[in-house]
Amino acid sequence: MVMKYRIFIILGMILQIFISSEYLPKSDAFAYQDTLDKIKSRGVITWGFDAEGGAPYVFHDPAHPAKLIGFEVEIVEAIARELGVKVQFFQNAWDSILLSLRRGDFDIALNGIEITPERVQTALFTRPYYAYTEQIVARASDNRINRLEDLHGKKVGTLYNTEAKRLLEEMGDVAVSIYSGQVEPFKDLSLNRIDAVLVDLPIAAYYAMPNPQLRMVGSPVGEGYYGIALRKEDTALAEELNKITEKLLRTGELKRIYSRWGLWNVAQEKLFFHEGLLQQYTESPPSVSETMPVGVTRFLPTLFKGALVTIGISLLSMMLAVTLGLLLAIMRLYGNKWFQMISTAYIEIYRGTPLLIQLYILYYGMPNIGVSLSAFAAAILGLGMNYAAYEAEIYRAGIQAIHKGQTEAALSLGMSRRLTLKRVILPQALRIAIPPMTNDFIALFKDSSLVSVIAITELTKSYGILAAASMDFFKLGIITALLYFGMSYPLSRYARKWEKKLTSHDRNL
Amino acid sequence: MIEICNLLKEYGRQPLFKGLNLNISKGSVVAIIGPSGSGKSTLLRCMNGLEAFQRGCVSVEGHKLYGVLERDYNKGQESIIIKNIRRKVGMVFQQFHLFPHMSVLHNITTAPIHVLGIQRAEAETDAISLLRKVHLEEKAQKYPGQLSGGEQQRVAIARALAMKPEAILFDEPTSSLDPEMIEEVLQVIKGLVLEGMTTVIATHEMAFARDVSTHVVFLDKGEIVEQGSPKAIFSNPQNDRMKAFLSRFMK
Repeated sequence: MVMKYRIFIILGMILQIFISSEYLPKSDAFAYQDTLDKIKSRGVITWGFDAEGGAPYVFHDPAHPAKLIGFEVEIVEAIARELGVKVQFFQNAWDSILLSLRRGDFDIALNGIEITPERVQTALFTRPYYAYTEQIVARASDNRINRLEDLHGKKVGTLYNTEAKRLLEEMGDVAVSIYSGQVEPFKDLSLNRIDAVLVDLPIAAYYAMPNPQLRMVGSPVGEGYYGIALRKEDTALAEELNKITEKLLRTGELKRIYSRWGLWNVAQEKLFFHEGLLQQYTESPPSVSETMPVGVTRFLPTLFKGALVTIGISLLSMMLAVTLGLLLAIMRLYGNKWFQMISTAYIEIYRGTPLLIQLYILYYGMPNIGVSLSAFAAAILGLGMNYAAYEAEIYRAGIQAIHKGQTEAALSLGMSRRLTLKRVILPQALRIAIPPMTNDFIALFKDSSLVSVIAITELTKSYGILAAASMDFFKLGIITALLYFGMSYPLSRYARKWEKKLTSHDRNL
Repeated sequence: MIEICNLLKEYGRQPLFKGLNLNISKGSVVAIIGPSGSGKSTLLRCMNGLEAFQRGCVSVEGHKLYGVLERDYNKGQESIIIKNIRRKVGMVFQQFHLFPHMSVLHNITTAPIHVLGIQRAEAETDAISLLRKVHLEEKAQKYPGQLSGGEQQRVAIARALAMKPEAILFDEPTSSLDPEMIEEVLQVIKGLVLEGMTTVIATHEMAFARDVSTHVVFLDKGEIVEQGSPKAIFSNPQNDRMKAFLSRFMK
């Protein structure tokens, strides 16, 4: 009895080491001595951004998809021109953009990065190049929402790891839906899945303004600045970039860029009075190692909550997969020509296309033909229907493995085909199917992380959010992986026991 | 009770039965003998609808099953005919085919409960008395995997009897048993015969065929080469193929 828990004790010890250790990632291991010199001598500045973040920042021109456009592209090109160098583009997932910067993948990160006290601890920010505000967007037909206070008790969409998200969470009683892409929250808003969206003004201006179903509500709330993020030690580069930004402001080039994208407003006037800001953010910033949270235990409640969602989705979708899969297998083996065709087509299509695409079609595509599912329903249907195809094949193999004499014996006793299947064939086929079914359930359990694309905050998404906020992808990652393992391992143990119990009688056969 | 007329059965273009006729009257004990591959098993399986045939007719107490090329009824009607035939005729297989996931008792009671609609308690009482008849009442709670081959075959006989058939088809019931277990199974079959059960048995046990049957059919290459009373067949065979077959078996 003690033996079987030993693995958990070992894992617990590993976990303990990570939680209590003094381990901290080195911030400058791979950085050059002086990035400004490097840029000048190579004639290239490498710019990190995420085009998936979308318009109007950096995105692929719909007319010429190979070309990147956006107001930030124009800013970076102006900066490069002033430096007398060329721009090298470096696509990087937004969530990990500061990590990659720190690792030395590129020289600057400029991509709607809000200057926040947390980020200032990990990166050096230049003077701001844009003053953003948060904009509420609601449905044009919905007159309940007119200012920030009206969002209390409502379902509000926002983006991953933004100031808007923090603002909403501070309000306490707002049901926050977190999205990774910028298009999806507006889509869900027009589908009545959420009541409002709160995002940075440039996003609202680009996506909501042209949509007659949506309206921008009231005046912008909250405010802050986008800055160019640099590695801590690149103070020379920061000084140079500050000078260039100042020049672009004075010559009116920045204003021309922002006007072109419909982003210029009075708030931008503040960019001219940057001194205080720079003082506030760049004067003797606390060093990383002093302030990085060493204990990660404070994140555990959020991770546990995500784990519960993961368990719920996995269980419900597996139930669907098991039932639907059985139906498909029976249709394929015993149905008439039409049933066989339908079942075979279903299995081949679901196995032959990515689950991710199926989820997108189910959640974002189906509303186009008048079927709007909640995120939770879409997640369970998507996973369940996908895995049903695999379960069907497992059952089919199990049923076909039963000797045909079993069917003949049952038929000769006067049993109908149906009764034979129910009493004689399926109970035996199920035993054969248990080990592969367990494998599938564990796979489904891990695949459930894919449903985070449809605004469900399960374990993996919780990890992403916490890790992006704390910059601690390593320790949190290990803990999250251990949580997954801690849930799937007992499952496979239990399945093995169950299988043993079921087959104990017919050992001698 | 069972009439087979002009039975034609082909595997692809390979004919097996080319118009076979056989009449099994109520209370008779018919032993079907013949070399392996002569069609003994197939003939039995045609009698209860497990095997389809092209032409001819199998009739069990007036329930007529026709060859697939000749029938004038649909699938639904066919399954009713087959169901009625199977109610009258039970079957015991060479490989027993007990249900491995059910206890001995459960193996016997499943069909009576779910097909005949008999109450569980009553079905279990019946099952126990059938087990007593095959001398296995102490094994009621065991599973097939825990029994010897001879015990399994006796349970299979009890399982067939539980449906209260009017005839039983035995398809080489002792051929996959170890020699020391053959006798216990044959004794059980002998007991049934003494009670007057109509019995058709495909077998290689010549002594048993000679001593127990009322009628012997010698089948070779799908043809009934010779048939008659056991006395006539075994002591005075007419056909050369029959003589050759017997001389190999009755050393």
